[in-house]
Amino acid sequence: MTSRLGLSGNTAAAYAVRQLDVDVVPVYPITPSTTIMETLAQYAADGRMDAEIITVESEHSAISAAAAASAAGARTFTSTSSQGLLYMHEVLYVTSGLRLPVVMAVANRAISAPINIWNDQSDVFAERDTGWIQIHAESVQDVYDRMVQAYRIAEDSRVRLPVMVNYDGFVLSHAHGPVTIVADEEVAHFARRVASPFRLDPDSPISLGAIVWPDHYFEVKYQAARALEDSRRVIDEVQNDFRGMTGRKYELLRPYMAEDADFLLLAIGSVCGTIKTAARKMRSEGLKVGLIGLDVYRPFPGKELMRLIGGAKAVGVLDKAFLPGSMAGPAYTDVTSALCRYGVNVPVHDFVAGIGGRDIKVEDVQTMYRVLEKAKDNARFDREIHYVGLRR
Amino acid sequence: MDIGTVVRDSGSTIHAKKSGWRSTQPLIDYKRCTSCGWCWAYCPEPAIRLEGGKYIIDYSFCKGCGICAVECPLHCISMVME
Ligand code: SF4
Ligand code: SF4
Repeated sequence: MTSRLGLSGNTAAAYAVRQLDVDVVPVYPITPSTTIMETLAQYAADGRMDAEIITVESEHSAISAAAAASAAGARTFTSTSSQGLLYMHEVLYVTSGLRLPVVMAVANRAISAPINIWNDQSDVFAERDTGWIQIHAESVQDVYDRMVQAYRIAEDSRVRLPVMVNYDGFVLSHAHGPVTIVADEEVAHFARRVASPFRLDPDSPISLGAIVWPDHYFEVKYQAARALEDSRRVIDEVQNDFRGMTGRKYELLRPYMAEDADFLLLAIGSVCGTIKTAARKMRSEGLKVGLIGLDVYRPFPGKELMRLIGGAKAVGVLDKAFLPGSMAGPAYTDVTSALCRYGVNVPVHDFVAGIGGRDIKVEDVQTMYRVLEKAKDNARFDREIHYVGLRR
Repeated sequence: MDIGTVVRDSGSTIHAKKSGWRSTQPLIDYKRCTSCGWCWAYCPEPAIRLEGGKYIIDYSFCKGCGICAVECPLHCISMVME
């Protein structure tokens, strides 16, 4: 039995956490993720969720408590944004290094200074190399669905890695949308637990996190990196099973009018909705444009992406984040290294927009498509980043 | 290798002898020692054991940090160059 509710991204995430039989929720509030925690605390207070809510003193402690609880075999959830995610930085590596299947919702927000509470994706891109599986939502429905999928992926014995479910702050975290909910029992069955290969247990003690010397460290880190690479197979399986349960189709990448497109934009998160509107407009004007949403960002689906963009005349990557001094945005660097690795020769352009909550309008997207159209016969790579919507 | 670098056998640090780290070693003056156990409590290794009512230092594990000498309330542990 399914039902339809009007939920915000945060309450949709919290709703899923309640259904997912989570044991431990260490929390520290930060805008715009705070209402997840408020909702979970309410569920616990009302007796609708049997979880230990731990109010810690910082995000560093939140993720440390989450990792520790996960090591003790508990299903663990936390959430954060922006500075909070950055404050977790070192423990994010510990969590993936110890192979602890923590799930975290991140309502993406710009980074200080100057302080700004609005959306861009600088926070998660600063953490893209921490060894976590990183999934992005385009809609409130995605937030809910990806949360339902997350523990199945994280806890799979072939994966055993933490999962971050990202969605744009305010745009998705606070805006309400219709969400088709899966029944509690169905979620419980879908996300049933698998036995953990290890757990801290006083009756049968093990050590976790001991020093590893140069004769093993390389292998341990390789193991985790390999598991992250290979997790795409498990993500595929879980997405397929999810489709079997709900009829909703998820893939590593989300192509839209991409098959015959001459000009393709690659983008992440809620902006894909705006791009679709712009793409339909431009198609009606005769320009064959399309979109590929980079839904699963880590592991980066380079091979799958190359199959989809091979036929395009020009490709644009829209980054809602900066990598100052690197001559490119973060997604652009991943896309261009995939192009080089697979020997795909297509001009590719980098657009940076939507920083610190700056709106990306349909016209801005049309500008991007026009840049691609003009540039198709020029150099393979553009020399400069196109900052769209920037006053200079 | 176990994922997550789990160590399943307890006591594996028994094999990690620390005597090579030392440049000075603690010596207890048993004429003054009252067997209060303070050094035992503070030794981070731990390399101090209670044997027959007496606190003794196991020099295969003592790393020479000198914490015991600083903490002994009777100042009866001296750090001696090896
Ligand atoms: S010197 Fe340090 S390691 Fe050695 S016995 Fe004293 S406290 Fe322990
Ligand atoms: S702290 Fe000093 S007095 Fe106490 S047991 Fe150790 S050596 Fe003896």
